[in-house]
Amino acid sequence: MSYEYETVIGLEVHCELSTRTKIFCGCSTEFGGAPNTHVCPVCAGMPGTLPVLNRKVVEYALAACLALNCDITQHCKFDRKNYFYPDLPKAYQISQLYLPIGRNGHVDIECEGYEKSIGIHEIHMEEDAGKLIHDKWEDCTVIDYNRCGVPLIEIVSEPDMSSADEVIAYLEKLRRTLQYLGVSDCRMQEGSIRADINLSVRRRGEEKLGTRTEMKNMNSFKAITRAIQAETDRQIEVLEDGKRVTQETRRWDDSKCASYAMRSKEDAQDYRYFPDPDLPPVFISDDWIARVKALEPEFREDKCRRYVSEYGISEQDALVLTDSVRMADIFEETAKICKDPKEAANWLMVEAMRIVKARETDPSQMNFSPRHLAELIALVDAGTINRAAAREIFEKIFDEDIEPESYAQEHGMKIESDSAGLEKVIGEVITANPKSVEDYRAGKKKAVGFLVGQTMKAMNGRADPGTVNKMIVKMLDEER
Amino acid sequence: MDITSLSALELGSRIKAGDITSMDAVRAQFEKIKEREDRYSCYITLTQEQALRRAEQVQRRIEAGELRNQPLAGVPMALKDNICTRGVLTSCASKILEGFKPPYDAAVTERLEAAGAVMLGKLNMDEFAMGSTTETSCYGPVKNPWDTGRVPGGSSGGAAAAAAAEETWYAIGSDTGGSIRQPSSFCGVTGMKPTYGAVSRYGLIAYASSLDQIGPIARNVSDCAAVMEIIAGWDKRDSTSVRLDDYKFTDALVDDVKGLRIGIPRSYLGEGLDPEVKEAVIGAAKALEAKGAAVEYFDMGMVDYAIPAYYVIASAEASSNLSRFDGVKYGYRTPDFEDLQEMYKKTRDDGFGMEVKRRMLIGAFVLSSGYYDAYYIKALQVKALIKKGFDEAFEKYDIIIGPTAPTTAPRLGENLSDPLKMYLGDIYTVSVNLAGLPGISVPCGTDSSGLPIGVQMIGQTFSEKTLLRAAYAFEKTMPGMRPPQLDGAAVKGGEQA
Repeated sequence: MSYEYETVIGLEVHCELSTRTKIFCGCSTEFGGAPNTHVCPVCAGMPGTLPVLNRKVVEYALAACLALNCDITQHCKFDRKNYFYPDLPKAYQISQLYLPIGRNGHVDIECEGYEKSIGIHEIHMEEDAGKLIHDKWEDCTVIDYNRCGVPLIEIVSEPDMSSADEVIAYLEKLRRTLQYLGVSDCRMQEGSIRADINLSVRRRGEEKLGTRTEMKNMNSFKAITRAIQAETDRQIEVLEDGKRVTQETRRWDDSKCASYAMRSKEDAQDYRYFPDPDLPPVFISDDWIARVKALEPEFREDKCRRYVSEYGISEQDALVLTDSVRMADIFEETAKICKDPKEAANWLMVEAMRIVKARETDPSQMNFSPRHLAELIALVDAGTINRAAAREIFEKIFDEDIEPESYAQEHGMKIESDSAGLEKVIGEVITANPKSVEDYRAGKKKAVGFLVGQTMKAMNGRADPGTVNKMIVKMLDEER
Repeated sequence: MDITSLSALELGSRIKAGDITSMDAVRAQFEKIKEREDRYSCYITLTQEQALRRAEQVQRRIEAGELRNQPLAGVPMALKDNICTRGVLTSCASKILEGFKPPYDAAVTERLEAAGAVMLGKLNMDEFAMGSTTETSCYGPVKNPWDTGRVPGGSSGGAAAAAAAEETWYAIGSDTGGSIRQPSSFCGVTGMKPTYGAVSRYGLIAYASSLDQIGPIARNVSDCAAVMEIIAGWDKRDSTSVRLDDYKFTDALVDDVKGLRIGIPRSYLGEGLDPEVKEAVIGAAKALEAKGAAVEYFDMGMVDYAIPAYYVIASAEASSNLSRFDGVKYGYRTPDFEDLQEMYKKTRDDGFGMEVKRRMLIGAFVLSSGYYDAYYIKALQVKALIKKGFDEAFEKYDIIIGPTAPTTAPRLGENLSDPLKMYLGDIYTVSVNLAGLPGISVPCGTDSSGLPIGVQMIGQTFSEKTLLRAAYAFEKTMPGMRPPQLDGAAVKGGEQA
């Protein structure tokens, strides 16, 4: 007889902070540099070197803590987490265990039909490690220390989530909040946001929490959803078999849609945490907190409301436009320049989103000038180019941020404004297609479409199909 | 006149005056080094050619009228081998750092360079500064110039012995639990451990980060003060570095201690202290009293807890600091391994000596879960109480006087077999590091075997100038001290001058 179970989930989310330089030295944090080019003796942990805290990191972490409603630890400290691994050149990670910067926060999420508050246990600052690259050809492992010392915050939630939907809603909310704050890019593919899942199951109605496992290595939201489902099923099966769940860390293999145990609690490492003697405590004054709080941006909820009232767009559209702060920024700037918010919204929601999908990227990666989109909208509005050409030009703007007007000019995409010339071409098309003219006169109004097509072809697309249609009808009717 | 016997300041002024060139000094020094190194083994690395090139460069600058405000410009010196020197082996006297040539200079190395110093080489030491005898060096022990059958003290044994043996005009050492003061005492030279934070630790290969401090060892107080002016200074690369109000240490070289309040903790003169050392230290206090200082005995608690607290804290930090030496990036790597774990284990097993391993094990133990509160946290509490005890004492006294070490230099091998005995030898020095205070050891006589004795003066944080003034005034009451056998057969069993 099987029981009804419920899932209990808590998350440990690591986010890379988007400071220009690393947490304890002046090296660049830029992603994708050639191996070991963003490295100095300090982040490489060379003997005798010492860390110096980047205050921007504290500021960004503080902004995150405040936005996530945490209590701020005004005297916070850094601790050393000791373990051996080649990607960790000092053999300890500078992190925060005893006095993390933020505690007792919460995030309000919205799921299908209900709202929920997810508790945040703590937020702490730490440094990222390097990357091991296994070279199959040489049969050796090499190390890239570029990521070493890139600042991270770890956001540890309470075990307050009970489904993959809630987890995704929570992650989306975190991602948006941090992106809006401008403290993290939160790009999962680049690893700038990573989530480990602590999950247990228990019979419905049971008070006591079940034994949990920690799941690592999910590289997308979809993988997270699959991992939660698989781990829930696995634990229930273990319990149904009358066995116990082992407290362990498991590694998710998304290609196999399965996980395997990495290490159990028994062989969990003792990290021998202790306060880092090289770094004095960080004092976060009331004044500093107030200054960071004052810089808080308009978050999504407020933006949505404002879009509806200020621009008169639907709430549904406002949600799409505000999903990423990048999109919202482009929208507002475009609307401001072209003074046509609805048209700006349309371009972004339809064309931009279509290209985002086709390029397998996300809206936060959009990187073109709102001025160019605004100009494009103006060109269409003035009848200088037709919609088909505009879509083609927009793709160029999206990819290469080109100037629409000069691009249209160079590529001959402007509509022929010489109506005498157009009339001449239409006349030729009519003469060349007596069958269609006959059909039209016989009442087959659709025949005009063919003539419009022929005209557009003859014009190399440099005409507005609507105008052409009107002119053909007029000419045919007049000839009668 | 043998210029290698001059003080650093004397040599500096003669170079300035044009009597001697920096190159002459370097050449003369290397002659002595060649003559004496076989006996004392002060150095790990000698950089003769580099020193000569550097001397020429400094000499040109001096002749061009530069470095006018640098009294030690052109004067050769040497650095303990845990202080990073760009392109020159920095080994910490450990096999695990074999071949390690840092691509950067320590902050003190840079400051010395800016002051026109000329480096002769890198000095021998206890492996990773762990030891009180300089016997744990993987390059073999340093011998005490006063008696080559005895240790020079440690861990800056090479630095103290080189200063005493006139194999350098001055040396830069480091002091985590007495590593500048105790060898200075054993070798009859003057060594100062500054206030924690006064000298940048950037580029000092860490033993115990919260206790390590770089300082000078020289043949007199004035030279120490002059070197302090060069090396002390705030450094943005060291977050524990502190800005001082006053860096004019040589201004403190005044023979006047009238009204200076001196306290002597009774517990510093208790059990375990060699009577001859005790007598010499009390004699030093009396000499200052005779010059107008007020001397008083007082009780200071926590003395018995200083050593255990020190070894817990220092070992804990060391276990973490030394983990980076894993064979992955630089230094020694075992040639023979199957996988990563084996590479780590063999590299570290072969690369580190016994004493270093012992302290790393102690450190890993006291930090492990379940023991952290009982040992590490408890030790930090003791540290805070020791600091409090000193703070209370400094409400009444300007300086505290006591022995630097309980005995004079032991024989080679005597302590190596009994680490606990060696640890107890640090009883008067470690609490100064735990409290972050400045301390100086000044020669105050010899025992019946003719071995030097040092008196330690301790001051409140940032009272280096008070200490230097007291030390200078005391030094004036003492005849100069020089190891009798320095010139080989010339002096035999004779009394020192």
